[in-house]
Amino acid sequence: MSKLTLKTEGDTHVIVTRHFAAPPEAVYRAHTDPKLIQKWLLGPEGWTMPVCINEAKPGGKFRYEWTNGKGRGFHVTGEFLELEPYHRIVHVERMYLPDPTPDNHVETKFDPDGKGTLMTMRMTLPDAQTRAAMLATGMERGMEASYVRLEGMI
Amino acid sequence: MNGLDAAFSALADPTRRAILARLAKGETTVNELAKPFEMTQPAISQHLKVLEDAGLIVRRVDGAKRPRRLASAGIDAMDQWLAMLRKALEKNYDRLDGVLAGMEQHKRGEKR
Repeated sequence: MSKLTLKTEGDTHVIVTRHFAAPPEAVYRAHTDPKLIQKWLLGPEGWTMPVCINEAKPGGKFRYEWTNGKGRGFHVTGEFLELEPYHRIVHVERMYLPDPTPDNHVETKFDPDGKGTLMTMRMTLPDAQTRAAMLATGMERGMEASYVRLEGMI
Repeated sequence: MNGLDAAFSALADPTRRAILARLAKGETTVNELAKPFEMTQPAISQHLKVLEDAGLIVRRVDGAKRPRRLASAGIDAMDQWLAMLRKALEKNYDRLDGVLAGMEQHKRGEKR
């Protein structure tokens, strides 16, 4: 059984939730410490993140660069808007393919859930067209929204 | 635009999503499809054309009527694509589970 849920909301949002068997502090740190991010935010098998810059403070910037080791790669840049340790991160990001995609506004929350953490990531795209394009091209970092079986529409 | 791009773009419109939701319940005539919407039939037909071009619905000839239904091949292709993306995302978070377990162990080690 998958612990992951993905759904679309309205015309411009994508919501991802996932439970983790670790306290919010640890999950928050794994989202903000470059050494930890490099270990998991990798997407498909075979990809690595040789560049991981992350200034986790309001107004701070981040830059992630991925490569598959065979000449293919892409990068994401973003800025932090709000950080409430160990509860909430708000940032904007865009992917370069190589032209920058429209900004994705992302709020990530870490709430205590039993002995672990419930992470809720709420993405807001500028418009329905951008969200559709993001879903069709794969969404950065392997993100997705579930139109599966048209669940979200019915 | 490839098939999947067209399919996802077709889904960017709320009216077209509502039409698909209706068709998920079974084959429907254009008149019936138009009923819940404050729209002219040409406007609805335009939406149906977008969905058809995207491979999400097909039409059948039944006398003067052209009832529409979901195209299982198009819907399946989207399902498969999304399943693949879901897998990539799950892979990230499964790896994160491992990272978190490692952090916990490290912490215990420090306390000793």
